[in-house]
Amino acid sequence: MSSVFAQATTKGPPINWEALSPFIALVVGACVVLLIGLARGAFIRRQVVPVLTLITLGVTAGLGIWQWDTNEAIISGALKVDNLTLALTMIFVAGGIAATFLSWRSIATVEAGEGEYYALMLTSILGMLVLVAANDLVVLFIGFELLSIPLYVLCATHMRREQSLESGLKYLIIGSVGSATLLYGLALLYGAAGGTNYADIAAVGSAMADDVLFLTGIALVMAGLAFKASVAPFHQWTPDVYEGAPTPVTGFMAVATKAAAFGVIIRLFDVALIDATVTWAPAFATLAVITIIVGNVGAIGQSSLKRMLAYSSVAQAGYMIAGVVVTTQLGISAVVFYLAIYVVMNLGAFAVITARERETGLGDDISSLYGLGRDRPLLAWPMTISMLALAGFPVTAGFFGKIYLINAAVDNGYAWLGVAIVIGSAISLAYYLRVVAAVWMREAPATSLTLSARPIMAGGSQEADDEARAAGIEPGADTGRVIADDFAEPSIAVSGPRLSQPEVVFVAIVCSIVTIAFGVYPEPLMDVARDAGAAFSSLL
Amino acid sequence: MTIHLSILVFFPLIAGLLAAFSPGSLAPKILLIGTIIPLVYTAYMITDFDAGAGLQHVTDDAWITELGIRYKLGVDGLNLWLIALTTVIAFASAIWLIVRPPAERVGLFCFHFALGETAVLGAFVSQDLALFVLFFDLMLVPFYFLVGQWGTGDRAAAALKMVIYTLVGSLLMLAAAVATAALTNPDAPITFVISELQANPLPETTQKWLFIAFALAFLIKMPAFPFQGWMPDAYKAMPLPALAFFSGVVSKVAAYGFLKLVLPLFPAATNDWNVILLVLAVISILYGSIQAFTQTNARLILGYSSVAQLGFITLGIFAMDSDAAGAQGALLQSINHGLVVAPLFFVIALLAERAGGSEDIRDYGGIAFRAPILAALFLIVALATLAMPGSANFAGEFLILLGAFSSVQFLAFVASVGVILASVYALRMYIRSMHNRVGEKVTSFEMSLRDGLVLVPLVIAIIAFALYPQLALDAGEATVRSTVEAVLR
Repeated sequence: MSSVFAQATTKGPPINWEALSPFIALVVGACVVLLIGLARGAFIRRQVVPVLTLITLGVTAGLGIWQWDTNEAIISGALKVDNLTLALTMIFVAGGIAATFLSWRSIATVEAGEGEYYALMLTSILGMLVLVAANDLVVLFIGFELLSIPLYVLCATHMRREQSLESGLKYLIIGSVGSATLLYGLALLYGAAGGTNYADIAAVGSAMADDVLFLTGIALVMAGLAFKASVAPFHQWTPDVYEGAPTPVTGFMAVATKAAAFGVIIRLFDVALIDATVTWAPAFATLAVITIIVGNVGAIGQSSLKRMLAYSSVAQAGYMIAGVVVTTQLGISAVVFYLAIYVVMNLGAFAVITARERETGLGDDISSLYGLGRDRPLLAWPMTISMLALAGFPVTAGFFGKIYLINAAVDNGYAWLGVAIVIGSAISLAYYLRVVAAVWMREAPATSLTLSARPIMAGGSQEADDEARAAGIEPGADTGRVIADDFAEPSIAVSGPRLSQPEVVFVAIVCSIVTIAFGVYPEPLMDVARDAGAAFSSLL
Repeated sequence: MTIHLSILVFFPLIAGLLAAFSPGSLAPKILLIGTIIPLVYTAYMITDFDAGAGLQHVTDDAWITELGIRYKLGVDGLNLWLIALTTVIAFASAIWLIVRPPAERVGLFCFHFALGETAVLGAFVSQDLALFVLFFDLMLVPFYFLVGQWGTGDRAAAALKMVIYTLVGSLLMLAAAVATAALTNPDAPITFVISELQANPLPETTQKWLFIAFALAFLIKMPAFPFQGWMPDAYKAMPLPALAFFSGVVSKVAAYGFLKLVLPLFPAATNDWNVILLVLAVISILYGSIQAFTQTNARLILGYSSVAQLGFITLGIFAMDSDAAGAQGALLQSINHGLVVAPLFFVIALLAERAGGSEDIRDYGGIAFRAPILAALFLIVALATLAMPGSANFAGEFLILLGAFSSVQFLAFVASVGVILASVYALRMYIRSMHNRVGEKVTSFEMSLRDGLVLVPLVIAIIAFALYPQLALDAGEATVRSTVEAVLR
């Protein structure tokens, strides 16, 4: 009797705590940040909370590296912690760290409450992690909501600006439609397959290829995920939400959400639905072409940089779908590589936009960049490198990202998708180079608040930066320390001719250095991407 | 001894980076040092060259194993003299920048120029297809900035037009290059090394599609008819020292690309479609020549004459005669054209200085009056341009037409009209500026010794090459012959 009982206890659901540790780190971090954020002291709220956020993200990344090559399904196969999950975790963490730096002096964090703001961000990252690790339809949906709900709130954190609230509301409504579509699709898949685990679905995949229930489920899931990944024609929310949200949140959303959406698309379609490829691959390939065209054409003529980057993110999503459609390890590796470089290319641009919003009072209009090349080389070069990389110029990571994707497409008989990618890139020159031209080939307008008297942040003004850094950590600093950003009232923006934002410039420069470094020597990142692809051992 | 070609390629860039951070008066001097070292290296390589030894001074390292891209550089008879041309013109342009620096942001100008030289040299020495495409696309970036920041007139629009035109071609070539590597020998691991791709030719139908993409990229870059739309605006806007290098060298990368990539990699498609290229070449010759003697803007006269000259070069490449005379002439003419067009742009700068800044030849006239030395130098270059017997250009055009006559007689006959037209536009420009009645805005004065530092070495190079073009022909003969024979087989 006792032996039977002993046997029963040992047979409890095994939980691999080590593999689960990155998730736990985020949960604990979010709670701690939320609680510390309740403190009254401005120093604690303004400085300690972001530092704790950074520590949480750092620990998560560290645990992820520790668990590299685990490749295990944990908690009864609900979560799959493999190299794809961990590689994408690094991307989320990178996005989170950059967003934390960009938010450091943002007025949005003050209005929302620092603790809540950063805790929401960490929760959203946790949701992304759950989403890309999901190996079960129910877990997928939990991750999806855990990722989305904090983002709805984050978009609206700039509470005194109408556009921010509008952005949050719009995202909430459209996001909910997406969620509902997804949930319906998942329910149909469950009904058709008789199980929620990916393995159950994969087991019946080939038998169900003609089943109406199954096919409708696939279509609805595809649409629901396409909302999140801003794949046309489900992209309409993207420009409005990107434009309205506080810029640091936009930057975070643009890179991390995209990576999460593609993570789940890869795992769901290339594992659970792999035997139904013939049914969904043509649909996705068509969506890819539509997305490339819509995104690239939409971006032309946008004078708001955030709207332009929103359409550009739509276009880039189109390129990446090509890597999913081919259903090969090479394709997955190409997507992971592209997502990784996509993070740095975009965050560099968002950092510059953040800096200029605070300095000029012109918001994210392209005119805020006029004369940047002459006045602020340390912002001008990162912006230039970001744009050239997004356009796919050589000696930036974007060049190899495109080669990788085209290679994956051609390799498995989708040469025409490769052609679509290059045609899209050709169109994209029109708007990326417009930004470069604004930076280098336009004079700063006389009415601009870009004061020529302001010390240039290039090399020589090291003291100014240090001074600001020293001042920034000063405990006494209160509201004056927070720099108005994101379309703040012009009167506020004028106040700062000596705006010094070392952390924003730092993000911009690090991003551009990484972009160039991977453009010259992409091998290390490609190894990571290849490992992520190799986690899908059933594929070619 | 193997010269590490990486030093040759990247030394200008390093100098350019230093120049970017130095004061304006010092930057061009640093750039000059950055261009001298490759020049000396090239001179050494020429003396050390063994025409029968194939690829020399090879650097071959793994770079991106995942994509099968290798860092493989090498020199053979095909690129040796084009490298020499690049280093000579870059050297002359660097002296030019010392003599007449741009008005502002000199350091950054020098950086972009140096990046341009590095990219061109890199494209010439690359023995890996992906590496070639990388450098080929990279060439565009510095010139985009040079036009957009230091250009004249509607410079931003001109720069954008140039980039979009040429990059559309380049991007298609990028896709085609990846496809070439991915489809060649699909069972083996992917590789971009040109010699390995050449060893396993693709099926003919695949070759045809890829041929189109490559040919398009190169024809746009040249530019050849009907892809010359970006050229007038870009030529009018580009600062002259950059334009001398651009027109003299960058367009030759396209010609080189045909010989190095298109013919060896797509022999079947070349056989099928060389007639289309030949027709386009002949149209380019006629169109370019006619435009050149109707335009009045001196830059555009040279720009359209380049269209005509590159038409001759394309004609030679695709003549496909059994002796490979056409292709050899094309290689020789690539070097010749670079050598004559660069000093002509410098002459334009000198003429404009004497005619109140105007670059319209209607404002010129009588400049030879007090500037006999300038007139003499100009005359030598002009005569070389119109392929006067005795000049190296004569040898080049003769070989091209010889090759064309033995394979496509009718087209060769039409093309030879271009030789006559060349003398019309070259002499028209010379007479309108140097002779005739003195123009209203013109104040004639002799060129200074400093200006001579730029012009005289280039003229000496032209004369030296005219006396002994055999050097370049001998170096390239074996490679060119085997390339053409491989296609004809």
